[in-house]
Parts: sequence; structure tokens; C-alpha cells
Amino acid sequence: MVAIVAVRAFGVGRGLFRYVERLVGHDAAYRVLGETRAQITGRLERLAPGGLSSQRKGDLLARLVLDVDAVLDLWLRVLLPVAVAAVTATATVVLIALLLPTAGVAVALAVLIACTVVPWLTAKTAARAERKLAGARGEVAASATETLLTAGDIVAFNAIDNVLDSFSTSDSRLAAAERRSAWSAGLGAALLVLCVGGASLAGLVLGSTANITGAVFAVLVLTPLALADVLGGIPAAAQLAIRVRASLDRVQELLDTPEPVTEPETPLPLPHGRDLEVKHLRVGYADHGDVLNELSLDMPAGSRVVITGPSGSGKSTLAAVLLRFLEPRDGEVLLDGVDLAKLEGDQVRSVVGLLTQESHVFDTSIRENLLLAKPGVSDLQLWKALYRARLGIFVETLPDGLDTMVGEHGARLSGGERQRLAFARLLLADRDILVLDEPTEHLDEETGRALLEDLFAAAGHRTVVLLTHRPELVPPHVPRQLVRLT
Amino acid sequence: MKPVDPRLLRRARGARVFLAASVLIGIASGLLIVVQAVLLARGIAGMVPVADGGTGVLRGDAGGGEAGGGVLGGGLLGGVLPGEGLPGEELLGGGLAAVALGLGAVVVGRALLVWMQEVVAQRAAAAVKSTLRRQVLEHSLKLGPVWLSGERSSALTTLLTKGLDDLDPYFARYLPQLVLAATVPAGVIGWMATGDLIAAGTVVVTLPLIPIFMALIGWATQAHSRRRQHALSVLAHHFADVVSGLPTLKLFGRAKAQESAVRRVTDKHRVASMSSLRLAFLSSFALELLASISVALVAVGVGLRLVDGKLGLETALMVLILAPEAYLPLRQVGMQFHASADGVAASEEVFRILETPLPERGDRTDVPDLRVSRLQLYDVTVRYPGRDEAALDGFDLDVRPGEVVALTGPSGAGKSTVLAVLLGFVELERGVVVAGGSAADEFEPTVWRRQFGWVPQRPGLRMGTVADNVRLGRPDASDDEVRLALIAAGASELELDKAVGEQGQLLSGGQQRRVALARALITDAPVLLLDEPTAGLDPDAEAAVIAGLRASGRTVLMVAHRPALIAAADRTVTVGTRELVNA
Repeated sequence: MVAIVAVRAFGVGRGLFRYVERLVGHDAAYRVLGETRAQITGRLERLAPGGLSSQRKGDLLARLVLDVDAVLDLWLRVLLPVAVAAVTATATVVLIALLLPTAGVAVALAVLIACTVVPWLTAKTAARAERKLAGARGEVAASATETLLTAGDIVAFNAIDNVLDSFSTSDSRLAAAERRSAWSAGLGAALLVLCVGGASLAGLVLGSTANITGAVFAVLVLTPLALADVLGGIPAAAQLAIRVRASLDRVQELLDTPEPVTEPETPLPLPHGRDLEVKHLRVGYADHGDVLNELSLDMPAGSRVVITGPSGSGKSTLAAVLLRFLEPRDGEVLLDGVDLAKLEGDQVRSVVGLLTQESHVFDTSIRENLLLAKPGVSDLQLWKALYRARLGIFVETLPDGLDTMVGEHGARLSGGERQRLAFARLLLADRDILVLDEPTEHLDEETGRALLEDLFAAAGHRTVVLLTHRPELVPPHVPRQLVRLT
Repeated sequence: MKPVDPRLLRRARGARVFLAASVLIGIASGLLIVVQAVLLARGIAGMVPVADGGTGVLRGDAGGGEAGGGVLGGGLLGGVLPGEGLPGEELLGGGLAAVALGLGAVVVGRALLVWMQEVVAQRAAAAVKSTLRRQVLEHSLKLGPVWLSGERSSALTTLLTKGLDDLDPYFARYLPQLVLAATVPAGVIGWMATGDLIAAGTVVVTLPLIPIFMALIGWATQAHSRRRQHALSVLAHHFADVVSGLPTLKLFGRAKAQESAVRRVTDKHRVASMSSLRLAFLSSFALELLASISVALVAVGVGLRLVDGKLGLETALMVLILAPEAYLPLRQVGMQFHASADGVAASEEVFRILETPLPERGDRTDVPDLRVSRLQLYDVTVRYPGRDEAALDGFDLDVRPGEVVALTGPSGAGKSTVLAVLLGFVELERGVVVAGGSAADEFEPTVWRRQFGWVPQRPGLRMGTVADNVRLGRPDASDDEVRLALIAAGASELELDKAVGEQGQLLSGGQQRRVALARALITDAPVLLLDEPTAGLDPDAEAAVIAGLRASGRTVLMVAHRPALIAAADRTVTVGTRELVNA
């Protein structure tokens, strides 16, 4: 009776202990998670855009959000319960061994099985299913993302049923993988019930032959049953450990993706001159043939170079090299005689700016989108940039003005408005060399012409490299060098 | 918060089957728990003679040269059946063997039930998630692209994967535990009542406190869990935005700052999570305390009655072993509820989407043939949510069969919106679309849309091949037909089996547009709705496309910027008067 009351009192203490343990454990785990996420972002920063383009966006997202979350699981649902189980189980074994050594051995055996065979069995049977699960999850995420992104096309062409059927194919692969992993989940838990029950049974059998008091006998029989609570988390932890490992492996894979550009160990100082020279350039993407070959160009400071050519002739690839997003296979790009490869990417990009046909607009306010080009500037300067990009009047008509939220990928702006916002941002950044990759793509003829007119005017002493398949839009009075890529 | 969301059972057949199986398993588990307690009580009581607490007496009684089993058996029987005085070593040995065997059988039985429960639960969870994923995706598509753009596709993706995976603990832990919480206490109290009515009464009185407290706590934590879910989706969205914007950030030398920005956002998420978890942990601690006190109450009563001699040792032990079992399942329901709260929140989000009503449309299937009927827009006005200004204001249009009409006007004037109106993607604030004398919204939407082939401003191409993408327009098209459509779209250089990456990657912008054009041309639709179909094309390709369009003989309504395209039209309609461009 005393023992039972004591157990109750201990129960209260245990509750308190568990409260503190969970709180501290969760806090620590969330901190680790934040750090990992930040590190991953840091790594992605070095990979983008060259190292990322080959991956499916949905998959990439699934990796970031789900796989990095696995760090949380590792702490909370693998390491923490295992540690708690180890401490409690050891204490129990010691207690019982002191009361009756043979029963202690039996309980130790049960704990040993629960801590080794159970997780091993769970892990072993679950491993294959789990590996498939991680892949299938990514596939479902990618398929869902794609379906949602192409929703308009799907609905317009009455293809909802077809698309859902193909979604269901990857979805049922995931469901099947989940069903398979179900068999192993239960196995570990069942074995655990056997271990705990077996320990109690051993206490009963061994205790009944030993010379002990009834109270001690009750402890021998009943205490092992209490272990069920503590050891209960082990099969789940083991199974999760597999999933976590698969996730962490994929995070590692992302971390191991080769960088598209090697930064020099000791970068040279940024030269003062702004003459740009392309010499015998040969460029291509990993595992693919050359996109540009033997390209040589001379772009003195302040010059205007219009590079034209059909789709796929390498205009955007050239832009990537000029921005040092991509390493040439051969040849070099010289800035005032210094090879770009001897400069850091950020140094290069503090001189060379880029406007693409699909500039990314962040899901925040117009103000924040502008400020990322030049933090801390006054509203007056923001408005100036907006007016120079011919977006000023539009923003003034918006009820929230500069604080207007632009939506995901700038969805609340039209294509032209998005492009002008990106242009205003570039003007604000004030780069000496402007690379413009099809800037007039989504604009009508007249606006496009006006935009280029303004752009060349605003460029002033800066070098302008315009990549376009519509060279006829370039204002006739602009002296230019025309280069045709094939 | 209801214990079981009836919508989940209604929407997913897998959930109903599972619940039925769980009830059976729960009843069996309850029975085995009672049997186990009875056996344990019998075994322990056998070692403790009623007279005094020592086992020495036992040993003395058994005496002689009997083997261990016999000695033990005698002791046990002495305790269990003191008054019956059954003689004979054989029977005495059988007492222990029976208890041990019985206990062994119970343990094996419980192990089997645990395993079955887990398998059934996981399978049910997989089936239910799969059903919900498809239903949500289907309903989102039916709600249309405009609704989706507001809903944020990446938040929806998170819901469909991570969000729904949070339902796993709901099925694997919470629901079975809920069933156990109903079956086990009932069995336990019932059996207790046969031995000690007062103890059973104590349990009956204290037991309801647990669900009452739980309901209060659940009510208090639900808002927190919602907030946590919200924080999760904000975080996912932030990640998606940062990742796709990294090249841009790099351009402005701001990418390196993202590391700390992500750290900051995640830290905010941590603080939000911790505040909801602190409450959850505290509540489970409170429940544990409540159960402990209740069991102590039972124990004290039993102890007093035992001393008074009003209660036999075996019965007392049985009651003491069973009492915690009555509280445990209820308490665990609380714990499992917290573990599955995220899943519940996710499922509520799912039902919020599924219960969003679809726009009302008619069911007429006799859409007039637009090869011969006119298409008219009267006073059409469209306003997008969150925008003060109308995207399209009192717009009129009359298109005769076979006409090629160019829509011009400054960016943002509503040209693309005109096409969206015809496709039924947007709700009209005012005005009407008329085809052959009937209002468009009288027709069943899929039949109506069959009249149109569409090339959006940003075509959404899907992973697969060029031919796969073209066949979205007509799934049963032969290779030759696909090839002809590509030629008509000015994309003769594209191989049918050329791979298309996610979001059209591996194709240039111009190629994507031409594949989208081929996709529209391959339909039998009498009307083509083209949003800048030649953007990104060089003049030669553009000329080829225009020739293809004219040759098709179909009605064409196209958003046009470029002079070559405008020149190819029969007439030009200017959309909107909003002045944006001139500063």
C-alpha cells in the first residue's frame, strides 16, 4: 500500500519533470531547426540560379520545408524519447536487480530487447517503405504544385479529370507506400507489449520462488508494466529515425550540389575602369553541349550593345555569364582587363545589373520590393525611380500607394506593371553596366519603344547591353553596336 | 471541438470502416485489460496470505521435499482460495501454471491487438489522406484559377502534403484512443463493481472530471493550434518566395542577408510554437495530476476497507491495479488530441475549401455553335477582390463568326480579363455574355469551354513531352495531328518527344508559347482566345503563326501589341481608357 501511494506521489513529480523536459526539449529543437533552415538558405544562395534550375520547384519546396523539419523530429521524437527511456529503464532495472537479482536480469533482458531488437526490427522493415515514402511525398508535392500552377490551362481545356487521374497515380503510389509501412509500425509496438508483459510474467514466476515479502513481490510484478509508458516511444522513434535519415540525406544532397561558380580564394580588388571585353567565350550547362562558342565582344564603358538572335541562341546564357551566375567553360570576360573569374560574384554584381523578362517580384509591398535594391533610401527617391520607370502614376492611383502588396509573384500586377517595377528597382540600384534581357517582352509596341527610349536616356554614361529579338524597338538615334547570335 | 469530426466520416469511406474496426479492437482490449488485472491480483494475492504479510509462512505451509513449482503453487492457492481447502499437489501446481499461462495469453493477445490497431489505423490514414487530397485538388480546380491565385498555391501545396500528414497521429493515435476511452473505463468500472462497489462509485464520480477539464483545455488551445498552422504556412510561403527570388536577391547583393532573414522568421515561428506548446504541455500535466489524485482517492478507500477486513486482499489488489487503467485511456485521449491538433486544424482547412461553394452555372448543354453564332459582351464589368478599380468597366464587344479581332490597349487595361470572362474564370459584377441569343452562364461550364481554345499570357506547361502538352487540347490526337498543330503554330522544329521540364523549363519562352498555341489549335474549338500569341517570337516565326491562324478559318479574339499581329486582324478593339503610361 505504501508502495502504491509512493508511486502516486512519484507520478505527480514525474508529470512535473515531463512538463519541464518537453518544454526545454522543444525550445532547443526549434532553435536547431532555425539554424538548419538558415544554413540551407545560405547554401541555396550560393547555388542559385545555376545550381537550382534543374530541380523541380515543388520538389525543392518539399525538401526545404519537410526535410528540414526532419531536424525537429530528430530531436523531439527520436533523441529525446530515447534518452528519457534509457534513463528510466536503467533506473528500473537497478531497482529490481537490488530486490531480486534474477528478476533484474529478466527485466534487463526485456529492456535490452525493447531498446535493440524492437528498433532494429522496426527500422529494418520500415527502411524500404520509408525511402519510397520520402520520394513519393516529393512527387505528390511536385504534382500538386504543378496542377495548381497550371490550373487555368487545365480548366480551360476541360482537362480536370485527366490531370486528377495523373495526380492520383503518384498519389496512390504514396498511399501504397504508406500502407506498406503500416505493417512495420505495428510490429515494433506489439513486440514491446510482449517485452513488458514478459518482464512482468518473469517477475511473477521468479518472485514466487524467492524468499521475499509480498510487497516486494508486488513491485517485481507490477513495476515492469509501468515501463510500457516509457519504452512505448521507442518503435515510433526508430521508424522516424529512418524517415529522418532519408530526409537528412536529401538535405545533404542539396548541400553537396556543386556550385555553378567557384569564388576566387583571394579576389582581386574591383578595377576602376568599366570596359567589358568578352574573349573566345564557350559556355554550356552541366551535361549539355555548348550554348555559346568562340564568342568575342568588345563593350567599352558607356557603349550600347544590342545583341539579337532567335530563341535559344544563348542570349540569356550570355547574360548569366556577365552577371557571374555561370562559369565559362573556356575563354574569359574581362572587366577593365581583370578576368571576372578573379572577382567575387557580389563584386561583379555591384557593377553589372540585370533586368530579365520575368523579374521576380516578392510577395510584399511595392516599397519593400524597391528597397531591396538600395536599403534605407527616402520615399522621394523611390517615387523618382517609379516615375522614371513610368509606373509613378499607377502607384499613385493605388489606395495604399507604396504600401500596396503585390501578391505572390506579383500576381496583383499586370505583366507590364511587374516589369516596370523591376526596372524601377534596377534604376534605384544604380549599376554601371546594365544587362537587359528582353525587357520589352510583355509590353506593347509603343510602351516598349518608350521604355527603351527612357532606358537608354536614363543609362547616361553607363554601358547598356540589350539582349533582344526585337532590335527594331531600339530608338534610332541611339548609336549602337549590333551583334547577331546564331 | 467535437471528439470526431462528422465531415471526416462523411467525406472519407476509409474513416468509417476504420472506426468500426477500432471499436471492435477497443472492446477486445478492454476485456484483456480486465482479465490481466484479475490474473495479476490473483497471482500477487497468492503470495500474500491474508493472515500476515510474510511469505515465510507460505513456505512453511508447503513444506517437505516438493519441487519449487509445487511449493509456489501451494502458496498461491492458499491465497487465492483460502476457504476451499482443495487438497493435492497437482491442483496446487496447476494454479500458478494457470495464472502464468493466462497472463502469457493475455500479453500475446494484447500484442496482437496493438499490432492490428496500428496497421488498421495507418491504412485508414493513407486512404483518407488520398481521398481528401484528390477532393481538395478537384474542388480548387473547379473554383478556378482566379480563386486559386488569391488562395496562394504554395500554401495549398503545404496543406496537401505536410498539413494532411498531420492527420496520421489523428488516425493512428487519437481516434483509437478515443474508442479505448469509451470501452476500457466501462469494462473496468463494471468489473470493479462486482468486487468493490464503493471503489467503482469513486471512479464513476471522479472520471467525468477528466473529459470536462479536457474540453476546457481543448477549447483554450484550439486558437493556438490554428495560429501555429498559420505560422507554418507563412513560413512555407516565405521560403518559396525567397527561393524563387534568390537570383534577384543576388543581383542586388542581398542574397547573403537571407540567411539571417530566414533565421529571424523561423525564430518568430519558434516563439509562436512554444507559446502554444507550453499551454498544451501544462494541460496534460494538469490532467495527469487529476488522474493521480483520483487514483489516490480510490487507493485510500480500498486501504481503509482492507484494514477493516471488509475487503479481501485479492479484490483490493484487483481494484488497485484496475483503477489507473480507468483513467489512463481518457488521459491519453487528451495527450493524443494535442498531438493530432495540427491534423485537425489541417482537416478543417480542407473542409473550409471543400465547402466553398462553386460559382453558380446553368446546366444547359445546347451551346450554340459559335461557327455560325455571334458572341457578344454587353456592359461587362469585372472587379478583382482587393482592387478598388474595376479591371473591366462597361465593356461591349460583338464578334461575328470567322472574324479575327485584335484587342489592344495599354497594359493593365483589362485585355486579358476579356478572355477570362469568356472562359468563365471570373464573376461578372455587371453585364452579360451572350452566345446565339442565350446568356453564357446558362450553360454547363465544361460544354461552354469546349467552344474555346486558349493561349494564356503565361502558358502553364506540364512536365512531360511536347506532345503531352499539345494533347492537353485533345487527348486522343494522333502523332500526325500533333505535328500538324505544331507546324501551324510555327514550331515545326520541336520534336514530339522533346522533354518539357517543370513550368515549361527546357523550352525557351518562345517555344513554350508556340507549344501553347499548338495546344489551342489542336482543339476543335470554333473560337481561339489568344493572349499575345506571338510574344517572344522572331518576325519569321511570327509570320508563320499568323498565316496558321488565318488558315484555320476560326474566330480569333487576340490580345495584340505587335504591329504585325494587329495588321493581321480584321479589326481592332481598344480595351479600357485607363491612363497609366504617360508620366
